Amino acid sequence: MPKKIIYLDNAATTPVDKKVLQKMLPYFSEKFGNAMSLHTMGEEAGDAVEEARENIAKILNCDVQEIFFTSGATESNNTAIKGVVKRYIQEFKGEIPHIITSAFEHHSVLDVFKSLERDKKAEVSFVAPKADGVIDVDDLKKEIKNNTILISIMYVNNEIGTIQPIKEIGDLVKEVNKKQRKSPLIFHTDAVQALNYFTCDVEYLGVDLMSLSAHKIYGPKGIGVLYKRKNLNIPPLMNGGGQERNFRPGTHSVPQIVGFGEAIKLVKKRLEKGEDKKMKEKRDYLIEKILKEIPDVYLNGSREKRSPNNIHFRFDSVEGESLLMKLDMEGIEVGTGSACSSASLQASHVLLALGLKQEQTHGSLRITLGKDTCKKDLDYFFSKLKKIVTDLRKISGNVLDEFKNK
Amino acid sequence: MKYSKKVIEHFRKPHNQGEIKNPDSVAVVGNPVCGDIMRLYIKVGKNKKGEEIIKDIKFETLGCGAAIATSSMITDLAKGKTLEEAYKITTKNVNEELEWLPPVKQHCSNLAAEGLHEALKKYFEKKKEKPKKKKVCKSAKSKKMTKKKS
Repeated sequence: MPKKIIYLDNAATTPVDKKVLQKMLPYFSEKFGNAMSLHTMGEEAGDAVEEARENIAKILNCDVQEIFFTSGATESNNTAIKGVVKRYIQEFKGEIPHIITSAFEHHSVLDVFKSLERDKKAEVSFVAPKADGVIDVDDLKKEIKNNTILISIMYVNNEIGTIQPIKEIGDLVKEVNKKQRKSPLIFHTDAVQALNYFTCDVEYLGVDLMSLSAHKIYGPKGIGVLYKRKNLNIPPLMNGGGQERNFRPGTHSVPQIVGFGEAIKLVKKRLEKGEDKKMKEKRDYLIEKILKEIPDVYLNGSREKRSPNNIHFRFDSVEGESLLMKLDMEGIEVGTGSACSSASLQASHVLLALGLKQEQTHGSLRITLGKDTCKKDLDYFFSKLKKIVTDLRKISGNVLDEFKNK
Repeated sequence: MKYSKKVIEHFRKPHNQGEIKNPDSVAVVGNPVCGDIMRLYIKVGKNKKGEEIIKDIKFETLGCGAAIATSSMITDLAKGKTLEEAYKITTKNVNEELEWLPPVKQHCSNLAAEGLHEALKKYFEKKKEKPKKKKVCKSAKSKKMTKKKS
């Protein structure tokens, strides 16, 4: 068995930073109070929750009252989208609104849109990205109708790492809302993959709703945030106790909230040290090397408009799972497509949205760097990758040629 | 989803992987859309009793871990068997020998048995055609003979 593990799947999840963990630990058994309790222990927990909220509000450049803790980005996305639609239907007594998203969102957005469409609660448009994996703002603009009340576009694509023009979309939404409308157009973004490297200043971006998750930024799993603009009233997804100003009931998970607050502080520190630029250099080094030394390989998504941690390749005559398993045997952990659908065997909806054919989607590999990934790791990864691709191509014996003329 | 030790073993070091030059039959099964494709080669020989057996068998597969492991396993199961015995090997046999594939991967194991059956069918068809060809040859020859005579 290999001794060292090289983890290159940081878009799936990240390890909890030791500093974050230290901050969290007292809130399990010592300061275990319920943040809603009125006694000293409860107050202590409540203060910790509010401190975390402040840390997050600072990064988002918003009011603390606009931050709501959830169980994760899936819940944030569901709450935001379903809430906006529900409020419209209530206000206009059963009338159905029109909502827009992209064809390559994370499933926790895409499937919410599909379910609203299926249940006849909304008319839905899915905008396809261009072949480089970036949404064209003009394509979005064309879809906006009088009864369009929501645009939901992810900040950074989780599979291919392409950056979407969030500020431009925010500007477009502001422009649309200048005109008299029956109901204002609301802009939601799933910023889960962006928080580590890009500004999430909601004023600058012009977003009304933003979903975030802690475990992608070296925080704990099971804790997320929904930013909701103050004047935007939407109903909660769940009903219960009065936590989070009646918008998100349920006892606060204090240790996880504390962890999120600490993790987001560390993101800022790393960015101040120029982590994103250093990571980009490493990313480009590996992209160059792979393109130069391995034949019949293609980079999925734009090379420039790309998250500093993401490399996503497609290999001819290699199947993704085999590649992943062989790398795993060498102690290297990577992803094919999105982790959520790896076991579902379905062709990646993201790659299909880029216009690739089903048969072109099977040999894909997602390599996502982390804050501790060093060049030596990438060199080791590369040497193994090159050998494994050669071996698997030998095993496949060009069987694909049989189908070329069919 | 987790693979059995047996699957991992065959995936790590597949048996009888490669090409047979001048095979007696070749089959290609699967399709690029689902992502698993297998090419199976067989060479037929005879045992001491004079029965036809699979003397050699090799595969080339583009596909997931399960597709490669089932390809490897079918070659182990079929090698040395008489053609009739080999034809009786089922998907279930492959699955059992691999200590069961995860449920979502069951279709890959279909591929291996299907490949073997296809290769054998092709071989039988070829054999059926051969004697016919011989007859045609004979009659052609006799025609030629008659022509010569005239």
